[in-house]
Amino acid sequence: MAHDHDHDDEHSELSDMELHVRALRTVLEQKGYIDPAALDVLIDTYETKIGPRNGARVVARSWKDEAYRKWLLSDATAAIASLGYHGRQGEMIVAVENTASVHNLVVCTLCSCYPWPVLGLPPTWYKSAPYRARAVKDPRGVLADFGVQLPESVAIRVWDSTSEVRYLVVPQRPTGSEHLSEEQLADLVTRDSMIGTGLAKAPAP
Amino acid sequence: MTYQSHADVGGQEGYGSVTPEPEGELFHADWERVALAITLAMGATGTWSLDESRSVRETFPDYHSLTYYQLWIRGLIALLKRYDLVGEDEVAAGRMLHAARTVKRVLRAADVPTVLAKGAPTLRPADSTALFAVGDQVLTRATAVDHHTRLPGYARGKSGRITAVYGPHVFADAQAQGQGEQPQWLYNVAFTARELWGEECDETSTVSIDAWEPYLEPQS
Repeated sequence: MAHDHDHDDEHSELSDMELHVRALRTVLEQKGYIDPAALDVLIDTYETKIGPRNGARVVARSWKDEAYRKWLLSDATAAIASLGYHGRQGEMIVAVENTASVHNLVVCTLCSCYPWPVLGLPPTWYKSAPYRARAVKDPRGVLADFGVQLPESVAIRVWDSTSEVRYLVVPQRPTGSEHLSEEQLADLVTRDSMIGTGLAKAPAP
Repeated sequence: MTYQSHADVGGQEGYGSVTPEPEGELFHADWERVALAITLAMGATGTWSLDESRSVRETFPDYHSLTYYQLWIRGLIALLKRYDLVGEDEVAAGRMLHAARTVKRVLRAADVPTVLAKGAPTLRPADSTALFAVGDQVLTRATAVDHHTRLPGYARGKSGRITAVYGPHVFADAQAQGQGEQPQWLYNVAFTARELWGEECDETSTVSIDAWEPYLEPQS
């Protein structure tokens, strides 16, 4: 599949980068440092297996099962591992819960630290300077960029991921979702709601 | 001061607004997939640490003109050269020109799931007691350091409160400089928005960082 969404400012460089990276890959393969088949498995893993649907299942379980919720909030690494999600870039995970009075937002101002086992690879904006610069100083302004406006009475807690600890936001369960199954609940949990730049979706009426 | 990180942007003005992106959008070109995969595969050889790669990337003077995966590729090539695994002439030629060196491990396709599932935990056994406990008031280091660090500029010389004790973890500052793990106690420290940004901020909001003990001193 060729470039599906070229960024305008990178467009002229794309073919150069394509050739440059291809050349580098060839050298690494010829030198025996990498197994070409491993590259395919790595790409497939993060394109199809490890992504935000993992985190959505964690959140949906916590909404449905009070004992699991308590476990998640006290030892997220273990609670999340019990659903099969653990490892690289999520060796230690802390879950932070949104309530009527507190909204959590996760950022990595220094690079792009992100809880891969539950959310997969970070989106471009998460890695970008505008998000990293503003999330800590003007979180309400960042939320506005995402179309989210919270009452002034809601305190915002920003988590800057400066170590190998990773943070997962547990969004508030939407009203009117009481009758839904765990699977249906997971469909309401967006990636952005688990970073804190969004809210869980409202159930279809 | 010779070390300069261009990545420490927290709180800085002038970067503009954030552009949201749909959930499934991960790559914007095929080469980005390869950039991810070769970076992870070379990381798995165990030649350098993650902290060392962060340090390499954040010090490129043109950091802000590179896209994310361009930065990864640039960082990867710098590390390959630093460890004499690949020569500049080989990157230019697109083929091997010098004998390969031995790497500790080669990540095989069959081992990818296991290696990813295991990750690289940084928690280490405690051989000291933590200096701080939850609720303690601390002051962060005020000065800049001449090496990679994970104390963001906006949180230097600020007063915060310990909100969690995470145990001893591999110390990023040491690891990035090739000085080994030197585990240090790691804490979560919360600052009020007003402490960081001034009185015009809303009074209930906070910003937390994770901070290793050497970044902190007690505040009475």
